[in-house]
Amino acid sequence: MSKVRVLVGTRKGAFILTSDGARRQWSVDGPHFPGWEIYHVKGSPADPNRIYASQSSSWFGQTMQRSDDGGLTWQTTGNSFLYDGDAGTHQWYDGTPHPWEFKRVWHLEPSLTDPDSVYAGAEDAALFHSSDGGATWRELSGLRKHGTGPHWQPGAGGMCLHTILLHPTDPRRIVIAISAAGAFRTDDGGLTWKPINRGLHSEFIPDPNAEVGHCVHHIAHHPSRPDTLFMQKHWDVMRSDNAGDQWTEVSGNLPTDFGFVIDVHAHEPETIYVVPIKSDHQHFPLDGQLRVFRSRTGGHEWEPLTRGLPQSNCYVNVLRDAMAVDRLDDCGIYFGTTGGQVYVSPDGGDHWQPIVENLPAVLSVEVQTLP
Amino acid sequence: MPTPIQVELPAALRLHAGIAGHNPIAVSVEPPATLASVIAALESAHPALRNTLRDPATGKRRALVRFFACGTDISHQPLDSALPEAITQGREPLLILGAIAGG
Repeated sequence: MSKVRVLVGTRKGAFILTSDGARRQWSVDGPHFPGWEIYHVKGSPADPNRIYASQSSSWFGQTMQRSDDGGLTWQTTGNSFLYDGDAGTHQWYDGTPHPWEFKRVWHLEPSLTDPDSVYAGAEDAALFHSSDGGATWRELSGLRKHGTGPHWQPGAGGMCLHTILLHPTDPRRIVIAISAAGAFRTDDGGLTWKPINRGLHSEFIPDPNAEVGHCVHHIAHHPSRPDTLFMQKHWDVMRSDNAGDQWTEVSGNLPTDFGFVIDVHAHEPETIYVVPIKSDHQHFPLDGQLRVFRSRTGGHEWEPLTRGLPQSNCYVNVLRDAMAVDRLDDCGIYFGTTGGQVYVSPDGGDHWQPIVENLPAVLSVEVQTLP
Repeated sequence: MPTPIQVELPAALRLHAGIAGHNPIAVSVEPPATLASVIAALESAHPALRNTLRDPATGKRRALVRFFACGTDISHQPLDSALPEAITQGREPLLILGAIAGG
């Protein structure tokens, strides 16, 4: 019988939640790396025993961890993330030039085919790659140096590269997103990049239709249609059917289109999920009701999913990397909250239950579907 | 002749590096012992400590890490300054602390 392993990063350590395919009974293992901020934990699609974790601290900087046995044991790997050449400047919040300074890794994206190959999205925004299992890291500086970098500006959480989408059949195509610079794509394996923000409209920047400067919160795609992208922007839920060359808004009947997470059903490429958040100023659900919204039509038409979720006095947030789906026949949907709850729906969103309720604030959730 | 230096590390780093036992721990450093050479010796003996005390981009002390020797804050001295004799002769430990930055 299949199993699932949920990898949870929190403000004070990592947790590993495991269950059989029924996803009713769970065991909780952790905290791993207690006391450290774990921005992201993700397993290799090519070898599920290989897991990478980004561990950081305001005191002691960035550390990387690697497991080769499914999270039972860990070893520290390389943690030198050096910008290529003169790092230069980006814009600070007040528009003045500010030096590029490495702070932490927000997102890890292991290669689809090679367990030793892994990408890391950093704050201040840059994309790094390791081809030796995390021992050494090299910046793919074509992104930061392609021309618009000096105009990038941090979002409220910092200038983070938080989304990395690898194309399942074309290893040269990668889509990334940065708050608050926007989305970018390479079609040559990371040598050259271009902004892919046409169609995004952001009222909170001087030119609402600017080439860069949009606060993209997260992007997801389905492996069978990798060039169809779904985006949760600061405000607005968007989709693109041409790998980001043009975006259209699909917020439809959502009660608020602010939010952080977005994900796609494992077997239905037009079924997508978001968790609407009241506003950019009020980072909690509307009316104290924690509701996931599902669209079975790739956007525009949304239905609230509430069974098993708190429907009063709930004022948590769901951060951008804190939703994931498993690949079991009845697709499981997972998300974590800043209140320390991790919820699962084993039936595509119809019914929810908490796996665990009192973790530190959840920063990220990933799922591995195991044989 | 290498000098044994006693070092007290923050609990978070001891746990992170899997260092058993209690503070202080000993590292061997070729004279003249400096903060830089002690950090290098720590990182060599315990690779998990690499880049936790110094920023790898600048080589400078991390902003929330502090060094004390014989009751004196030496955090702002150059990392290649010689350490006091009481430290190099093992009578006093070198204290490495995380700055108090919580509530």
